[in-house]
Amino acid sequence: MITVSQTLATIQDSSAEEVVSQCIDRIETSKFNTFITVAKESALEAAKKAEGHTGPLAGVPIAIKDNISTKGIQTTCASRILGGYIPPYDAHVIERLKEAGAVIVGKVNMDEFAMGTSTETSHYGPTLNPWNTETVPGGSSGASAATVAAGEVPLALGSDTGGSVRCPASFCGVVGLKPTYGVISRYGLISYANSLEQIGPIASNVADMTLLFNVIAGHDPRDSTSVPGEKEYTKALVDDVKGLTIGVPKEYFGEGIDQAVEKSVWDGVHRLEDLGASWQEVEMPHTKYALAAYYVIAMSEASSNLARFDGMRYGLRLEKDHDWHTTYSEIRALGFGEEVKRRILLGTYALSAGYMDKYYLKALKVRTLIKQDFERALKSTDVLIAPTMPTPAFKLGEKISDPLTLYMADVNTVPVNLSGVPSISLPCGFSNGLPIGLQIMGKHFDEETIIRTAYTFEQNTELHTKAPEVV
Amino acid sequence: MREESLKLRPYLDEVGVMIGLEIHVQLNKLNTKIFCGCPLDYHDDGPNTHTCPVCLGLPGSLPVINRKSVEYSIKVGLALNCSIEEHTQFYRKNYYYPDLPKGFQITQYDYPIASSGYINIEGEDGEVRVRINRAHMEEDPGRLVHEGGSIERSKYTLIDYNRSGVALLEIVTEPDIRSPKEARRFLDKLRNILEYLDVVDTTLEGSMRVDANISLSGGSRSEVKNISSHKGAERALLFEIVRQKNLLRRGGKVVQETRHFDEARGVTVSLRTKEEAHDYRYFPEADLVSLRVADWAPGIAKTLPELPDARRERFVSQYDITDDHAKSLTSEKKVADFYEQVAAEVDSKLAAVWIADVLKGELNYRDLGIDAFASANMVQMVKLLAGDKITEQSGVEVIRTILDEGGTPDEVVAAKGLLKAGGDLVTAAVEEVISENPGAVADYQNGKQEAVNFLMGQVMKKTKGRADAKEVRKMIIQRV
Repeated sequence: MITVSQTLATIQDSSAEEVVSQCIDRIETSKFNTFITVAKESALEAAKKAEGHTGPLAGVPIAIKDNISTKGIQTTCASRILGGYIPPYDAHVIERLKEAGAVIVGKVNMDEFAMGTSTETSHYGPTLNPWNTETVPGGSSGASAATVAAGEVPLALGSDTGGSVRCPASFCGVVGLKPTYGVISRYGLISYANSLEQIGPIASNVADMTLLFNVIAGHDPRDSTSVPGEKEYTKALVDDVKGLTIGVPKEYFGEGIDQAVEKSVWDGVHRLEDLGASWQEVEMPHTKYALAAYYVIAMSEASSNLARFDGMRYGLRLEKDHDWHTTYSEIRALGFGEEVKRRILLGTYALSAGYMDKYYLKALKVRTLIKQDFERALKSTDVLIAPTMPTPAFKLGEKISDPLTLYMADVNTVPVNLSGVPSISLPCGFSNGLPIGLQIMGKHFDEETIIRTAYTFEQNTELHTKAPEVV
Repeated sequence: MREESLKLRPYLDEVGVMIGLEIHVQLNKLNTKIFCGCPLDYHDDGPNTHTCPVCLGLPGSLPVINRKSVEYSIKVGLALNCSIEEHTQFYRKNYYYPDLPKGFQITQYDYPIASSGYINIEGEDGEVRVRINRAHMEEDPGRLVHEGGSIERSKYTLIDYNRSGVALLEIVTEPDIRSPKEARRFLDKLRNILEYLDVVDTTLEGSMRVDANISLSGGSRSEVKNISSHKGAERALLFEIVRQKNLLRRGGKVVQETRHFDEARGVTVSLRTKEEAHDYRYFPEADLVSLRVADWAPGIAKTLPELPDARRERFVSQYDITDDHAKSLTSEKKVADFYEQVAAEVDSKLAAVWIADVLKGELNYRDLGIDAFASANMVQMVKLLAGDKITEQSGVEVIRTILDEGGTPDEVVAAKGLLKAGGDLVTAAVEEVISENPGAVADYQNGKQEAVNFLMGQVMKKTKGRADAKEVRKMIIQRV
């Protein structure tokens, strides 16, 4: 894996062009199917312009999940229906990255429209986990994590709707953050479930992740849910947890949890205890309803958010037009994959007259209870610690044919999205050569405390120096 | 309060007509669209020239509410005697249509901005109240242009998204309207109020679009969609009543359906007989946070201008004019402003007569607005009339001349020699006529009354119409 400081040093020694060019070579010879679109020309041009740029990421290559709009670069959401779509505008985070001097090297693979936990639902084929190519990289930002783990780029952006940044960070042994809802503008993020999702930074270590987060966070008047104010998150990079109280929710160590995962996470809690923190068990009784509520809400929102994809003005178009009803349904039948169709249909059903109260409104009530769980648990504690995923990366094809089992894997990540709190996943151990992720959750808008906790943990372990052998 | 004493009408009168209206009002006096910064003054520009990722619904774009559109909506709500909800929330109405770029329309469902109001209008027999169920905000979709004009015959359809995202306020009445004429009066009154509030330019195409629901004797109702003028609404409703009556008379049954008003032929035609089982799957729009508007309303209430009903009452008491004149003068804000400018300088009663009864008629005949006549000219006119300088007949001629050829009253009077003839001139003319027509004088003296008319005619001819006819008659009778 490569760090930002290494990259900046190499730029000093040679040039941003040289660094970006080498980065593109690695991407083009990648064995993990990480990129959908490589923006070679525009990246080299941007690298040239980065000479003399004073931004914190001047000349640093970054990979962008393919559901974030990039002006002039194809953006497909890994779906056939958006094949060839080139956005005429940049997402807010892309504008910020460009201001900071970062170089967009291309768009990375993902689960189609961010629906999945394994990056196997992509129209462009699955991404492979660099630690073991027989396993999945996690999802839906699987390639964002895999490309960092494989040392192809130092930084990547993903999006997290129900764990889509933290799950692949956990499976690929990198660091990923799902910020508080409203801290990063969603302007330009192609919506899957808009009340849950946030763009999230991914890097090989906590400091780089924080640096990237610092660049992209902040108010944007084009997103009504964006909160005002700017913060200097890099100030939270402090190696100190003395006096910190950790809550450990027992419901997150439930049925189906891998023993190695359970042990590694507890080892992590004890390591922080050694460093001066204290811990206590907390109860989050509504956790068991979170998964059901999450899928009802996410699918309901998806059924509406994906209505705009009809092939009329962009994306997939058929040779022959019929009346508009028929044309729409033919394009959507061909353009969407199986998982996307499943979620659109279930979401449509959940919102229809007669079922709205039974499913959607009920799910909203559960959401309120989950929020209250977090508020209660975080009243007496500063952060919560739990496994990110109940298991290490599973095998390709192992769960994809059984959607319900696959959905179960999200049990520890979705409550965070329902409540809107921030959460980091970082490596805390290995099992059979596969990384294990530790999840640190915090209070709304208190990214500083979880960053400090994660940084202290990382600085006092050797885990972040490990990288998969990719050659 | 006067309004409180107005009773609701019986459920149905003997005709059994129930009409409810839904009026889509474009808030086209805003600078920008409801959810983005695109400008609204697109009417003279080419198609798709006022668009951005947001109003085109491009992937990743997000709506941001135009605060002024909320203020305007509250303003209208208050003027329609509605209560303003504490919170207002936007919803998504999901359906597919080619002019709808996102596959859903952002609108309001629960928690509309305003609800439970009313407007009083002139009914068939006295003032009646039409209740307003609610007024809710939403975005206008794009506009379909069928090549060749008709949807059936065109080979292809083009979409212009310039209109996409224009702020709409949909005003929904209870079925309290009893006749097409009342419907038109309601619409005129509503337009009048909107003009007073200065939130809509109603002269722009598509600024007020009407859907009308109509049923007879509580039977099934039909809905006539997208009527673009108030006159059209009256005609469409009249046609519907006759159609439904004839259907019932022949023993048929009115089916619930959606109909289209063909403005050119003056008929309604069926669009969808079996109402499609529409399930719009309304649910809250999470991209727009709920707005607490309770705090906005009191401040906005203070900025409300005097509304037509209040102004009418003030005109009667302040200017000592009849209620009919006051009604006529306040039915358009510009006319009322015009009247007040004139009344400030001359006799208010005389001004009311000349503006309401004469000028408005002449303007209407020429299809002109009040802007076509300068208030200074009306002031001059009324001064001439009040000073007994011209006759009423000449007054009408002056107005017509100014409207057709231009000029000021003084100029027209001078050019056409309309100044009322002085006493000496008339006396001389009478003397001349009497001496020139001894036969007619003799006829009158022998009891033939009509002879006076002949003599009067001769005098008028000599004075070129500038003499006051009544006075001339008096003088002739005295003299002979």
